[in-house]
Amino acid sequence: MALLEARDIVAGYGETQILHGVSLVVNEGEIVTIIGPNGCGKSTFMKAVVGLVRVRTGSVTFRGTDITDYPPERVVRTGLCYVPQSANVFPSLSIRENLEMGAFIRGDDARARIDEMFGLFPDLARRPTARAGSLSGGQRQMLALARALMLDPVLLLLDEPSAGLSPAIMGMVFERIREINATGVALLLVEQQAREALQVSDRGYVLSGGENRLEDGGPALLDNPEVARLYLGG
Amino acid sequence: MAGREVTQGWIPAFAGMTRRFGKGLPKGDGVGRGLTAWRAAAERLRGAWSPGYSVAAAVAVLLILGFLPFVKMGLVVNGFVLGAIIATGAIGLTLIYGNLNFANIAHGDYMAMGAYVAFFVVTDLLSAVGIQGQGFGPFTFGYPLLIALPLAAAVVALGAVVLDVAVYRRLRNRKVNAVVMAMASLGLAIAVRGLIQIIWTGEKLQFPRESRQVYHLPMDARIPPDSIFIAGLAVVLVVGVYLLLTRTKIGKAMRATADNPDLARVTGIPTERVIWATWAIGGGLAAIAGILLAVFQAQLLPSMGWEFLIPLFAAVILGGIGNPYGALVGALVIGVSMEVSTQWITPSYKHAVAFIIMIVLLLARPRGLLGRSS
Ligand SMILES: Nc1ncnc2c1ncn2[C@@H]1O[C@H](COP(=O)(O)OP(=O)(O)OP(=O)(O)O)[C@@H](O)[C@H]1O
Ligand SMILES: [Mg+2]
Repeated sequence: MALLEARDIVAGYGETQILHGVSLVVNEGEIVTIIGPNGCGKSTFMKAVVGLVRVRTGSVTFRGTDITDYPPERVVRTGLCYVPQSANVFPSLSIRENLEMGAFIRGDDARARIDEMFGLFPDLARRPTARAGSLSGGQRQMLALARALMLDPVLLLLDEPSAGLSPAIMGMVFERIREINATGVALLLVEQQAREALQVSDRGYVLSGGENRLEDGGPALLDNPEVARLYLGG
Repeated sequence: MAGREVTQGWIPAFAGMTRRFGKGLPKGDGVGRGLTAWRAAAERLRGAWSPGYSVAAAVAVLLILGFLPFVKMGLVVNGFVLGAIIATGAIGLTLIYGNLNFANIAHGDYMAMGAYVAFFVVTDLLSAVGIQGQGFGPFTFGYPLLIALPLAAAVVALGAVVLDVAVYRRLRNRKVNAVVMAMASLGLAIAVRGLIQIIWTGEKLQFPRESRQVYHLPMDARIPPDSIFIAGLAVVLVVGVYLLLTRTKIGKAMRATADNPDLARVTGIPTERVIWATWAIGGGLAAIAGILLAVFQAQLLPSMGWEFLIPLFAAVILGGIGNPYGALVGALVIGVSMEVSTQWITPSYKHAVAFIIMIVLLLARPRGLLGRSS
């Protein structure tokens, strides 16, 4: 059964409509990647799923529940966590405080879970009291990931987790993504680094102009000549 | 990031110089490595330091050294007490700004309301059940005021939350901009002041008081015992707010929401509840600040809070809008400046001193002395 099913999503900002009926499915344990040109509405789609942007028509179903009109603070409680494209940590809070906030809706102080995150991202454990605003891009991305993992999500939405990172750090991020997936967490990614992302993905979607363009297995999309021409620079 | 904008000042210049020198030298030798270390240190300083600090520090030191021999110590002491009152109001104001992104012009009138509610509690409520008195210990006021303080704080805190639900939340949900929010708060400011005038008239009132001896300090300074109470309570409240913001879950959530409300929501933080907490804390602090001001000035007037807005905003801006620790420093600077200025100019102009400091600072360093960019 589909874990997440978005059906014919129409959404936008103010007067402008950005998404004109986007549909997408993520099955349990899958890694699914969305690629597409700049400004085609990939981030808007994710924001619509988590409730930051209102869904005008269409529906979002997660684990069999209709979450279309849920506000963001309610969506998290269903087991769906989201890392935005930018500004994805609280800059004036320390690393530890960021993780504590990640666990806000948990009843306990989440100390054990924070230690687990420090185990997964040893870079963060070295200076837990450092302000998140003082971290490098890579460390920030790790912290954002760790923050979203605090709740032990069933599905993780990552909007361009490799944006602005050096190739070495980018490799590390994709490695973490694979590790996270190996623990049973499904992932939905938006990526500019189409090649790297599709390589680790079970399936991929190509959006353009706020509409579905293509859908296929990750490696299959990589071999698709149209995708290669448009997004892989080959 | 503070470092990127910095193009002037001796530290960046020094970093640039060492960078130029370092380039010409062969890598790996002792001198080169030494310079690299220097360069790293200078870069680090550059991140934390900016010319605004050096200028401000130099000006402050010169002013203090230059004026100290001519300044009456009593005024400095008074300035710190006034600064403590400003801080109590300004910290709430800056927290509200940080979380809701608008200047709450009604804050001064929340202060006045706090003072009048305390007046009601002391002169009507408590005396009706036989609790009355003045001249408690060394202080001019009576112990009933100590009961009135938390009660008035609670009433204004609740009022602030109710007004949020009734007015600000509706505007927030319509996503109006900060100017509309500030105008709405201007309307509430006038309404609250009008309510005070209707209930208590526009006349000067006083908490029941009894004259008390002032304490004598060295350097010919004198301090009324009331001032010690004011400063002491302000310190307790500031420490309390600090502990709240850094040690409690709701305090951390307040800082997180101020940083990025959308991220707070997708993290699961109930931002509406956080906003209520912010109003309750800001309103409660405002009420206490109003009571302390009424004790300090030995009078209550409906306009007392409205007139206090300029020192409040001057302190908030001086400290960098949204930064509670900055507001504390700003409040002390403004308080001392205002009081010390009365040595040369008429005391009724002392609000103008706060205003001038605010304008000069807005022109020279809009982010405030301790303000961060971004
Ligand atoms: N808050 C907003 N208000 C108004 N328009 C917006 C807003 N955010 C995005 N847009 C517009 O919506 C369109 C889609 O933006 P979106 O961020 O979803 O694109 P994207 O596919 O994620 O692009 P990128 O690859 O650059 O991240 C763009 O034209 C953008 O200008
Ligand atoms: Mg995007």
